Amino acid sequence: MVDSSTRQKLFGTPETNFLNCSKGWKSWAFTLDHKRIGIMYLIGVTVALFLAGVFALVLRSHLFTFDSTMLSDDMYNQMFTLHGAVMVFSFIIPSIPAALGNIVLPMMLGAKDVAFPRMNLASFYLWIIGTGCLLLAILSGKGLDTGWTFYTPYSIDTNTGVIYATFGAFILGFSSIFTGLNFLVTVNTMRSKDQGWFKLPLFVWSLYATAIIQVLATPVLGITLLMLIAEKTLHIGIFDPKYGGDPVLFQHFFWFYSHPAVYIMILPAMGVISELISVYSQKRIFGYSFIAFSSVAIALLGFLVWGHHMFTSGQSLVVTLIFSAITFTVAIPSAVKVFNWLATLYKGSILLNTPMCYALSFIFLFGIGGLTGLFLGALSTDIHLHDTYFVVAHFHFVMVGGTLTALLGGVFHWWPKIWGRMYNDFLGRVGCFLVFSGFNLTFFPQFVMGSRGMPRRYASYDPEFQIFHQLSTVGAFVLGIGILLSFVVLVYAALRGPRCSSNPFRAASLEWQSSSPPDFHNFLQTPVLTDPYDFESQVYDEELDTYIPREFANPDKVAPRKEPVHH
Amino acid sequence: MAVADSHDTHDDHHDLYDHGEFIAHHFDSAEQQFDSGKLGIWLFLVTEVLFFSGLFVAYTLYRTNHPEVFEQAHVFLNKYLGGLNTIVLLFSSLTMALGVRAAQLGRNKNCSVYILMTMVCATMFLGVKAVEYSHKWDMGILVRSAFNLTYTHPTPTTEIGKSLHISDYLVYLCIVPALLLAGFLAASVISKLINKTMLAKFMVAMAITVSGYFLGVVVGVVFMSATDAETGSSHASVITEQPLMLMASTQDEHDEGDHDEGDHDKAAADPNHEGDHADHEEHFGAHPADGGEASFDAHHPDPSTLSRDIGIFFSIYYCMTGLHAIHIIGGIIALAWLYWRSLLGHWRTDYFGPVDYVGLYWHLVDLIWIYLFPLLYLID
Amino acid sequence: MSEHHDDLPAFCHPVSTKLLFGVFFGLIGLTVLTVATSALGTGLGMPPAFAFPLAMVIATMKAFLVCAFFMHMYWDKSFNVLAFLSSLLFVTLFIGITMMDTGENQPTIEAFDINNLANVDVSE
Repeated sequence: MVDSSTRQKLFGTPETNFLNCSKGWKSWAFTLDHKRIGIMYLIGVTVALFLAGVFALVLRSHLFTFDSTMLSDDMYNQMFTLHGAVMVFSFIIPSIPAALGNIVLPMMLGAKDVAFPRMNLASFYLWIIGTGCLLLAILSGKGLDTGWTFYTPYSIDTNTGVIYATFGAFILGFSSIFTGLNFLVTVNTMRSKDQGWFKLPLFVWSLYATAIIQVLATPVLGITLLMLIAEKTLHIGIFDPKYGGDPVLFQHFFWFYSHPAVYIMILPAMGVISELISVYSQKRIFGYSFIAFSSVAIALLGFLVWGHHMFTSGQSLVVTLIFSAITFTVAIPSAVKVFNWLATLYKGSILLNTPMCYALSFIFLFGIGGLTGLFLGALSTDIHLHDTYFVVAHFHFVMVGGTLTALLGGVFHWWPKIWGRMYNDFLGRVGCFLVFSGFNLTFFPQFVMGSRGMPRRYASYDPEFQIFHQLSTVGAFVLGIGILLSFVVLVYAALRGPRCSSNPFRAASLEWQSSSPPDFHNFLQTPVLTDPYDFESQVYDEELDTYIPREFANPDKVAPRKEPVHH
Repeated sequence: MAVADSHDTHDDHHDLYDHGEFIAHHFDSAEQQFDSGKLGIWLFLVTEVLFFSGLFVAYTLYRTNHPEVFEQAHVFLNKYLGGLNTIVLLFSSLTMALGVRAAQLGRNKNCSVYILMTMVCATMFLGVKAVEYSHKWDMGILVRSAFNLTYTHPTPTTEIGKSLHISDYLVYLCIVPALLLAGFLAASVISKLINKTMLAKFMVAMAITVSGYFLGVVVGVVFMSATDAETGSSHASVITEQPLMLMASTQDEHDEGDHDEGDHDKAAADPNHEGDHADHEEHFGAHPADGGEASFDAHHPDPSTLSRDIGIFFSIYYCMTGLHAIHIIGGIIALAWLYWRSLLGHWRTDYFGPVDYVGLYWHLVDLIWIYLFPLLYLID
Repeated sequence: MSEHHDDLPAFCHPVSTKLLFGVFFGLIGLTVLTVATSALGTGLGMPPAFAFPLAMVIATMKAFLVCAFFMHMYWDKSFNVLAFLSSLLFVTLFIGITMMDTGENQPTIEAFDINNLANVDVSE
């Protein structure tokens, strides 16, 4: 029998928590606490997001008129390259796994920390060093104009800061590998007793699938970049046609990593959405095992489609057909997820707060992004659409409309857990609306102009496309304002938001059984193992104004279960 | 509690045998800690395999598309020296496995001896490699863009080189190890004087490790002169094989204008890959109907008979063996750390993970060499 | 060298010294074999086409010995074994598909001569 004071101790707002248990910059710089590392990562990737976002806004401003002289052609090349490189390597790939995943994953498993806390801290410092190296390309004055894809032979011949940037990406690769390795081991060995694989929240499944990709694919990027550096400095002759090398070989090497990388970007996002949809419809996720297995299927199939980035590179016909066919199959598991989310919503008890708005945005935007990928996967249409704005719009729909949206939704969702303070929901939803509408205004016209022939990475263009570019530029600024507003709402909430309880939304995964903010050790008691989507297992406690596990509640005040426990 | 563990400063290592001392706070048991570490290192080995895979892909591609290049080029590699290196590395794997076993049984002293033997084998491997590399550099065998084969070995200019008849490059490659050796010896003497016996033992062991490098160099030089057909050859004229990309590096190359024509002939004689098979035969035995091309002498190839792409083999060779050597150096550092911990007596029957894990890494390094050796040295 | 296995924790499994030395001598034997067949093979009547596959087979046998016994895989958890072997699967995938494609570009690269750019035939 648990008494009221124990309940207060376990679930009430704590005196000491992981944020204030030790003070001073050293306690953060040398911390081994996964929650603190996650927060530092969050700050880091936000800085990267803003920096690369500024590059994007500069780009879009230049493109407002068709013959703009705002940027020189060379400077334009640098802007889109740096926007891409910083966004891909420093922001999107680490964002959900390293920032959200680090904070939430161990708690979802009922563990005290990840398997290798020091490796976790090392991965954060590698992120700092790698991003710094990447930025050295700018700070050295040389810049970078090869496109984030570093295609040979131009990347070999150009005098810009390719070596700084590729070395930075190489280090960032290790940061990613360490995070993935850590998560794989943590999920394998540090689950709670009796917490079987099918009792794990889907966010954990998605992080696991992502980690598999991180561990298998990222080293190939590492060797590719090293070989590029060797080619530039020593002229080894692997990629450089002047020495008998094959420049298309570089593309094979590069995309062998970079295609699975896009699944590193989207899988954790899908995991977040599974959590949000389920909690905010207060309904068990529909088709749990389908979603779980589809994550692993996407991870594995994702290794078999890299050639679809190379349809127009002179690739052999046999290989092209194989890649095109498999690209169609990799769309299937993603579609399975979308159907399952929609089925979860059906007859659910929907709470339309900020995270839910982001989750619904995700389904719509990712749906469009995914479907347009099929146009690109079909060889006949890709010949027409390759290297046009259609491609640009497609990947922004999945990366921004997908990953960024899910990141924002997840951050809002777990924010009260991390800080013990609630965000302003109205302003949060305004931010979501601005992000959603700004995003659509920016990128929808790009599908249209892309299919009409507007090439990507061009600093000037035919006047017929101007109206689309202008809509796009206006949208970009609206999107920027939306992100900025969300940022302000979150920061304000963290510092000054009204105190909130440990489980305000009746979620059932284990992290909600800790106090808000959690203790340094995560849990003051062994968490009660519940099915993460069994919302009836959490009951409302009036004194604490929060939802707590049935086992801890006062039995007199608790209504019996409406539904039996799901097995 | 939120601060990273500083390394224990206990000099009296018996304190550390308290129950559970070596279990990190986030693990529930020694077994969970061990299993986590084991899975972690296996996953790291997975990343290493994928890391090397890029180079194996490049190798496979170029060998499939230019088989004649690989067959011509491998004569410049000494397979007996390579075989010796293989045996040295296999022996180091044995000593490593024995070291792991010793740690598992809590026998710290034995473990430290085995680890030291492993490190000496590792540096010996590097020493032999240094001999191989310097020999090649003397012959102008460099990466593709700088490939410039010559049979006249340059006269040594360094004092040591002159007295021992060894190449300048080899002397340069011995500078850093010599400094390290001197440094470790000095450090061990100083440590002894200030009464830090553990540190002194460690420094002595490091000095022994570095001497392994010189042992490798000596063995390499002896082996090479015993088995290599080309050493001491006095092919009088300096023949340059101009790389595909004309490099205006020295006046000499410009002066040898006749070689431009030689290149044109070769380019014409090496059309598309259907012709490769014909070329292959041409290079391996006289084709009587052939117009004037010298037949390929497998032991002493005339540079003008080599495929223009010969340098590609060496680009791949240097990348693969170079990356492998970097991993050996990393391994030596990890082993040194293990040696130190063995001196402090850290290993016990329920805590020996680090030795096991570094051991796995070391075996992977050996594994990669097991494949590199036949792929690079045993082509015919 | 008999083990006192009873007082060792379950996860502590020392391999016998006899086995380790046995594996070592096996590895040495295989190394000698592979160098010998490479140096003498064609002289003894082995068709040259055999040389590479034979070297690879011997290398794989050595790799198996190192993996199974030195790296303890023989007694290890199957998940670890699966993880390691699957990496080889992905490498095979990488090599296989890339090889299917690079054949395409070889003719153009072969014909490329910096001294005579007019020679380049890109009509394919």
